[in-house]
Amino acid sequence: MDKYRMDPSKGLEFGLYTLGDHLPNPETGERIPASQRLDEFIELAKLAEDAGLDFFSVGESHQDYFTTQAHSVVLAAIAQATEKIKIASSSTIISTLDPVRVYEDFATIDLISKGRTEIIAGRASRVGNFDLLGYDLHDYEELYEEKFDLLLKINQNEYVDWEGRFRAPLKNAHVLPRPLNGSLPIWRAVGGHPSSAIKAGYAGVPIFLATLGGPATLFKRTVDSYRDALEQAGHDSKEFPISTAGFFYLAETTQQAQRETYPFINAGMQKTNGRGYPKQHFAQGANPHDVMNIGSPQEVIEKILYQHETFGHQRYVAQMDFGGIPFDKLRKNIELIGKEVLPAIRKYTAK
Amino acid sequence: MKLVAIAGSIVGSKTKTAIQYATDQLLDKYPDTEVTLLDLADYDLQFSDGRNYLDYQGDTKKVTETIMEADAIIIGTPIFQASIPGTLKNIFDLLPVGAFEGKVVSMIVTAGSQRHYLIPEQQLKPILGYMKAQVVQSYVYIEDIDFYQKEITNHDVMFRIERLVEDTITLTKTYQKIREEKEAEYDF
Repeated sequence: MDKYRMDPSKGLEFGLYTLGDHLPNPETGERIPASQRLDEFIELAKLAEDAGLDFFSVGESHQDYFTTQAHSVVLAAIAQATEKIKIASSSTIISTLDPVRVYEDFATIDLISKGRTEIIAGRASRVGNFDLLGYDLHDYEELYEEKFDLLLKINQNEYVDWEGRFRAPLKNAHVLPRPLNGSLPIWRAVGGHPSSAIKAGYAGVPIFLATLGGPATLFKRTVDSYRDALEQAGHDSKEFPISTAGFFYLAETTQQAQRETYPFINAGMQKTNGRGYPKQHFAQGANPHDVMNIGSPQEVIEKILYQHETFGHQRYVAQMDFGGIPFDKLRKNIELIGKEVLPAIRKYTAK
Repeated sequence: MKLVAIAGSIVGSKTKTAIQYATDQLLDKYPDTEVTLLDLADYDLQFSDGRNYLDYQGDTKKVTETIMEADAIIIGTPIFQASIPGTLKNIFDLLPVGAFEGKVVSMIVTAGSQRHYLIPEQQLKPILGYMKAQVVQSYVYIEDIDFYQKEITNHDVMFRIERLVEDTITLTKTYQKIREEKEAEYDF
């Protein structure tokens, strides 16, 4: 776990992630300027750090209704504005970027942040980045696997020899700068399906598992498949951390929390994914066995502990800013996380 | 209420004639509904490559978005090689999983003979069910002999289409009402 800068004896890590969405408030129809939304990310990271959260990450998307296309630039600003909190991408769409350039950027952010930076590499659920950045969508899988492998290779070797289909060969290429402590934690972004987690297991890479909604036991299969694959490939599964990520929001009661989030999540999904969030599914999210952590602080604490018992993961990363939720609500949530959620989670999960 | 009628083939006239008749009935009897007829022959659609429908361009984006915005869909299809045509299957493939959730879907089928009567039952309904449609169970099955020069000549077929249109509207209103009542109970 040291390699990934994780110390399970301190308990389950708690973080925040944003996709970098920039959506109108569905109640007013108004959208804040991009500059204000970017300020919010930086402010959110600072508030998270002050409240004692462990981790903050920003995603890359090249679609309408997003504003973190240059997510590494946003992360550099966050690196400068914070001192302790771990920072990462969630995720970097490695398929349509040059892994050498990504590594240069993130190693630099790691130096600026004094060793706090990580990469989570994914392959995009929306695919506007392929046309925009000049790649063929038919190479979706191959691009991801090849470029992710190269990224890992650069992380392990300062001088790189490499040949592949989608990038000019590297001959004894010196990739600089190097991260503060020699290498960066690099995670594979995994959706719900086990097949991607299994690939991560064979490759010996930690996973960042997206869990939007549904019973925790469903995602447990993916977690188990991942650990099985690690063992099959000769790795010690106890050495590889797992992060889970999903919707989160606190209010006085579950009803209140659902009321304050549903219109935002539903309209946001409609705009960014083409389908709203069915109310029936959202209502089931309140079930103690569902992964959706939207509710009263006490209920959410119990859910996170149940999920921890189920998955045995090392980090939970909450998404609470999706869909244009007003910033004062986010501020209030961070306060509640610091005051109520973190102490409870650490009490029960730290050794 | 938004309603989309699809003529699911790019060749022939019978499916188009039948779906046009259904559309005329809708416009005539339910002037409040917003009806769009999508004749696939009028569009240049690409094959599905698995991307989110919002990421397509041109006609493909236009057709998928129109279908996704509908409250109800009347699908018109011929039978080719004992199945639905590839052009119609491609429409399903272009759409997301669960695309028909909260939508009512009904079917008008044209075929050369009675041999294919169970094909919609055995091949089209399972797809609609998987995509979470509320299916109007009875479909209208029309044979070649019921048409003459791009007109329906069999009054029984006209009556059956009229009933299908009525059922589609009634079920759409009913499901909307049920859903609204159910959703009001959630209180969020």
